[in-house]
Parts: sequence; structure tokens; C-alpha cells
Amino acid sequence: MRLALGLALLCSLLCSSSWAQTEEELPPRPAASPENQALGEKLFQGHCAPCHGPGGEGGSGATLARPKLRHASDVEGLFRVIKRGVPGTEMPSAWQMNDREVWFVTGFVDSLGKRAPEGVPGDPVAGEGIYRGKGNCLMCHTAEIPGGLAGPDLTDVGARRSASYLRRSLLEPEADMPAEFLQVRVVTRDGKSITGVRLNEDTFTIQIRDYSDHLHSFLKEEVSEIDKQRGKSPMPGYKETLTEAELTDLVAYLVSLRGEE
Amino acid sequence: MSRTALLSCLASVWLCLAAPLPAQVTYERILEAGNEPENWLTYSGNYLGHRHSPLRQITPENASRLRPKWVYQISTTHGFEATPLVDGNVMYISEPPSDVTALDTRTGRPLWKYTRPIPENMPLCCGRVNRGVAVLDDMVYVGTLDSHLVALDAKSGQVRWDIEVADYKAGISMTAAPLAINGKIILGMAGGEFGVRGFLDAYDAKTGERAWRFWTVPVAGEPGAETWAGDSWKQGSATTWVTGSYDPELNLIYWGTGNPGPDWNGDVRKGDNLYSDCLVVLDADTGELKWYFQFTPHDVHDWDSVQVPVLIDGEVRGEQRKLVLFANRNGFSYVLDRESGKFVNGKAYVKQTWASGLDDNGRPMVLPNTSPTVDGNIVYPNLGGGTNWQSPAYNPELHLFFVASREMGHIYYKGEAEFKVGSLYNAGGAQKIPGEEAYGAIRAFHPESVELKWEFPLHSPPGGGVLSTAGGLVFGGTGEGDVFALDATNGKPVWRFQAGGSMRANPISYASEGKQYVAFTAGRGLFVFGLDE
Repeated sequence: MRLALGLALLCSLLCSSSWAQTEEELPPRPAASPENQALGEKLFQGHCAPCHGPGGEGGSGATLARPKLRHASDVEGLFRVIKRGVPGTEMPSAWQMNDREVWFVTGFVDSLGKRAPEGVPGDPVAGEGIYRGKGNCLMCHTAEIPGGLAGPDLTDVGARRSASYLRRSLLEPEADMPAEFLQVRVVTRDGKSITGVRLNEDTFTIQIRDYSDHLHSFLKEEVSEIDKQRGKSPMPGYKETLTEAELTDLVAYLVSLRGEE
Repeated sequence: MSRTALLSCLASVWLCLAAPLPAQVTYERILEAGNEPENWLTYSGNYLGHRHSPLRQITPENASRLRPKWVYQISTTHGFEATPLVDGNVMYISEPPSDVTALDTRTGRPLWKYTRPIPENMPLCCGRVNRGVAVLDDMVYVGTLDSHLVALDAKSGQVRWDIEVADYKAGISMTAAPLAINGKIILGMAGGEFGVRGFLDAYDAKTGERAWRFWTVPVAGEPGAETWAGDSWKQGSATTWVTGSYDPELNLIYWGTGNPGPDWNGDVRKGDNLYSDCLVVLDADTGELKWYFQFTPHDVHDWDSVQVPVLIDGEVRGEQRKLVLFANRNGFSYVLDRESGKFVNGKAYVKQTWASGLDDNGRPMVLPNTSPTVDGNIVYPNLGGGTNWQSPAYNPELHLFFVASREMGHIYYKGEAEFKVGSLYNAGGAQKIPGEEAYGAIRAFHPESVELKWEFPLHSPPGGGVLSTAGGLVFGGTGEGDVFALDATNGKPVWRFQAGGSMRANPISYASEGKQYVAFTAGRGLFVFGLDE
């Protein structure tokens, strides 16, 4: 099979205008049974749990153990999301599963929504105050209110990340970095050092934005060092600076950021 | 200058500029392609699969002066994977999905276009693509997505004949450039994800009548059938979707075959699964199998062995041998005796974690726990392989073998397959390894020893191949849209151009009006570069 299979199939599923304009009839759904439910759970644990958590409680991927899902209003929609992925997000298409397997996973994910949702303690209003004030989050993040560009946009972070994941990110920012985020330090031939976020890179060039939001474009042949600081984050851990109550409120605020849900 | 002399001079210029449409591209001309380096008459530049241009006007010293001469844009958003052919002042390209266009090499303007309607919803694994045409005598040949072979008049693009090769509804499609040899058109097919039975065909170039068919999966009772459990051979795949090579002296065709079906779960097809993931060597007159070499017996990682075989004469332990070089998707590069099929040498050329090495016969010594699992299993290389359909190149003067190499692993999953005619027959798949920064390299190897001579690192695994030129350059491209030239002796970059779209094809070189050009497809464009004045 071709190298292009993943992308091409993804594209054929996602980019095809015919698909985008009309919803194709779905393949028949296998009858619900304990065996099929178990198969769905097994596939879920292998393919989905690394991001969504073993019980769908969420992680780097959205919480699935909730009655209403953001990208799927019913099981047919859920089948399509699993089959095609979500464009522009980290959710890939499940091209490696056949339709029956996608249905099994769909059934399992659907069952997760019938479980009691994860409770999120804390006061989101107080959390917003910490976000704007003591936490100084605006310096690097944009959410409901415009902020800096160094960190990821948090407009819908509550829909994408679980409360426990967000809490861990506040305590240990480097525990799990967003896939697209890479801190880079470039040293020019004249000894100048610039640190920022990689915006793009190819074999011959690299573009970064420093933490003052200035853009820099470098030809690799013109620099003496490119230090890719994988796993490094400019974000401070809040273990020492926020109290437990403040942390809980801040997580509650972040969880409330759900974009246009 | 007298008026007569001036007119005469102008007439000469006119004749030169308005050169006639091409002469016949005879078999003899393709056979001696090296004698007319200004043209590019067959997919790999010559029958031996070298993708090496004898042109030497562009060199490491002047390559920095390469500038775009013209750009031709296709009108669809499908992948543009064609290798152009050039004869005189005409360039023939295929455009996705299965169109053919003749371009004026001076200006890039179309001279004629053959447009073929292709069904919207047809079973395809990997996009509505085509990788090029063949020319022979006065005709241009294209394999189409809807499984036809079409012969066009080289001067007009009019259809001379059009035959159905197979039923596209079963998942069989034609994406490879056909190979034109003496009186025959050799045509490979795609569809290895649909449980088809693979074949390689030869057609009479004049009439389109089928001369022979080699089935890449034997039926019960034939040699090799014992390598398939039960009836699994019926969905054996082993397709032939990249253009192979030809040794005119031995009159043998060298062609790679694809994965066994279904992918990623071999439980239903226990055995070596011949002739999947093989180099098959066929008598060009009859299609009779002379020998085969299987690179990945019982493949469960989708490592099609369809790479372009590179035929060279080399020295092994002091003895001159006719060899075939084969940088395989499975991460090993092989040297075989191309007369006997005997394994000569082989070595990993990218990171691989599935075999401890190759045994004395070249068979991989597979490590335990390297098959896909339901929970996922990390193995190198990824399913795109150490290399894939992107062409390698060979420089006979420097005696170097160039490979666009890919460094990436995958989490391989095992699943269940359900066979239904015309539906994907996959049993699992693969996903990226979280956090892995895959990369690539253009690597130069000593052909016989597979010893690395130099490498030029690439930001990501390449999807396009390389071109070697006698001027001492290696041309290639990147997924990020850079096309570039490297000094063939040391891999140092000497020129680059950001073309704005991923390079997913194989470059060529030709000359027009005494000037050498290099042509790349990148994104939706065909870019032609020449030295500035």
C-alpha cells in the first residue's frame, strides 16, 4: 500500500466535496451484544485511550464520558467522527479500522456517555480572577479575552482537555506538551541567542516567534546552532504560587472555556 | 548582410524555433537513450532504471544560477505524481486523474490534451493519481484509473485504441507509467488494498491486443500456491503499481510486487505468500517467470516491494557481475545477481527494528513481537517504508546509488478483515508514534557494499525521488516544497527553490535549444528550471 494511504484516505474522506455536501449512507450497524461491546472496548483501549483516557474521562483528548459530545450529536455522527477524524485537531481518522470495528468503538464510546459525568469542583468566577490576575495567564494565552501568543489558544480548552489533565498542566507544564508546540533556541553566527516557539520549519529554513511576539526567519546555513528544546515549556509550574483552592478554581474556569459548543 | 542572407538566416532560426513535432520514438531510440541526452524517453530515463541524465551543462559550480523557466499548473486538486517524458520540443505528462497533456518545452503551453472522465466514487486506496505515460513510435500510452490502457496519437492526442484491462469496480486501477519495449507495452496495476489478484500485462503496442499476463499470485496447483493457506491466494493482492526496469540484452523484465492481502493481519494467509513483496523477473516475449526474489515473506507491515530495480554492472569480490540494486520499503537495500537471482549483499539503510539482519540467502531473520497487535506495536520503518515508490538514481561515472530515505516508525495495529469485492480489505493499520520527529535524508551508497558515502538530511521523510546528472548533481525535493540540487560527490546543497507545494514525484532533465533543464512536479505545478543567461 502506498505511503500516501493515511493522508490520501483522510483527504478523500474529509476533503471530498461530495462527502462534505451530502452525508453518505452509513454501513449497517452490527447488532449490539456483550461480545461486540467487549470488542469495542478492546479497540478503544488500543486506539483511543492514550488520548481520551481508559474510561473516556479525557486527557490530551476530549472527555467522552459525558452525555453530549461536541462533534457528534448522535451515534451516526459519532461513527463519522471516529471514521474521519476531526479536521484541524489532533483527532485522526480511524482508517485502520474497518466499518464493523468503527461501529464497535462507536457503541463503546456511546455507552460512556451514560456514565455519571466527572464532577469539577471549584468556582469558575474566582478562577477567572486568578487567570487574569495572580496567574498572569493572559501574558501568553488567548481565551475569551485576547492575550499573548506564546502559549496555546485556550478558547475551547475545556472541551478538549479533561479537568485532571488541565490540573496536571498547571502543576507540571512539561508533563505533556501539545504536539505542535516546540520551543527553539537559535544562535546566530554573531552569537545572538533567540528563544521562541517554532512556527514552521523545512530542510533549509526555520521561522520562530520569540516571547515578545517578534517573528524571526532564519536560513539554517546562516545560524550556528538550532537547539530544539523538546518537552521544554516557558510556562511556570503553579505548585508554589497558587494555593490548592486557587488551583481548583482556576481549573474550574478553564473547564468552563468550551468555545462555541 | 544581404537581404537574401538575412532571410536565409531568419528561415534557419524559424526552422529551429518551430522545430517539427517529434519524430518516431522507436524502440531503438529508447534502447540507446543515452545517445540523445536532450530527451527523456522512458519513465526512469533508460531501461536500466538509472534516472540519470547524461547532460552535464548544470554543475555544482553553476547550479546556484538555476531559475524557473516556466510553470505549468494542473487544474485539479489531486496529487501530481507524474514523471514527464520529453521528445524534441514536446513534453508529455499525465495529469490526475488520468489525463494526458503535451506541452511545448520552450514555453510550457499545452499543445493538446486528452481528457478522460473518471467515475467519482470508485474504489481507490491512495488518491486519484497517475505517475506518467510511455511513448513508442508515434503513440503515447496511459493506464487509467478506471483500468483501461489507452493509446493516443503523439501528434494530436486522439485516441488510437482504448482497451479495458480489468474491472475497476473490483478495486483494480492503473496509476503507474507503462513501460514501452520492443513492440510491447508493459502495464502494472494497483489495488492491493481491495483483495484483488495481482498481475503484470504486456500488450501489442500497435493493436492493444494482450500478449501475455503474469499473475503475481499462483492458483492452487501452481508452484508457489503452497505458500498461501487455504483459499487465501484469491485475495492475495501482490500488485505491480510502479514501473519496472528492463534488460534488453537478457530480454528480461524486472518488476516489483506489492503487499499480500489483507494488510497487517496475516492470520488468514499463513505462509510466505508468493509472489508478494518480490522482485519478479519475466521473459519479455512470453511473460514466463525466470526467477524471483522475495524481500519480505509473509509481510504484515504493508511493505510493498514495488521500488524501481536499478540494473548495473558491478564488481563483486573481484568478479564483474550483472547486478540489480533494490532499496526496499522494508528498510534493507539489496544487491542481487540479475542473471541468477542469487542474493549478493544486503544491509539496512534506514532504522529498522523488525529483523536481526538478512541470512546468507537474503531472507530476513524476523525478530519476535514485531507483528501488529490489537493494542499497537511500535516498529521501524513505518508503513511508508525506508523508501517507497519514489525513484532511486544511479550515477555510473561516480558509481554511486542515491536513495531518498525515510526515517520514521509507526504503531502498527492488527484488525479484522472482511472481504467484499470492491471494498477495502484491510485488517489493521498504523498511527504516528506520539512525539516522534520523523526525518529523511538523501543518501549515497557504494552500490555493491551498500556502504554509506554521504547523506543530506531532510526535515521530514521525503515523498519524492531523486535524479542524478552527469554534471555531478543529485536533484530532489521535500514535503515542505523545497526542490534542491546536491553535489553528487559529497551531498552538499548547491541550489534550492521553494516551490510552495510538496514534491511527490521524480525529477527529470532534458535539453532544449542547447540548454539543459530540470523538471519537477511540486504541489499542483510542474516547474522547469534552467541556468540564467
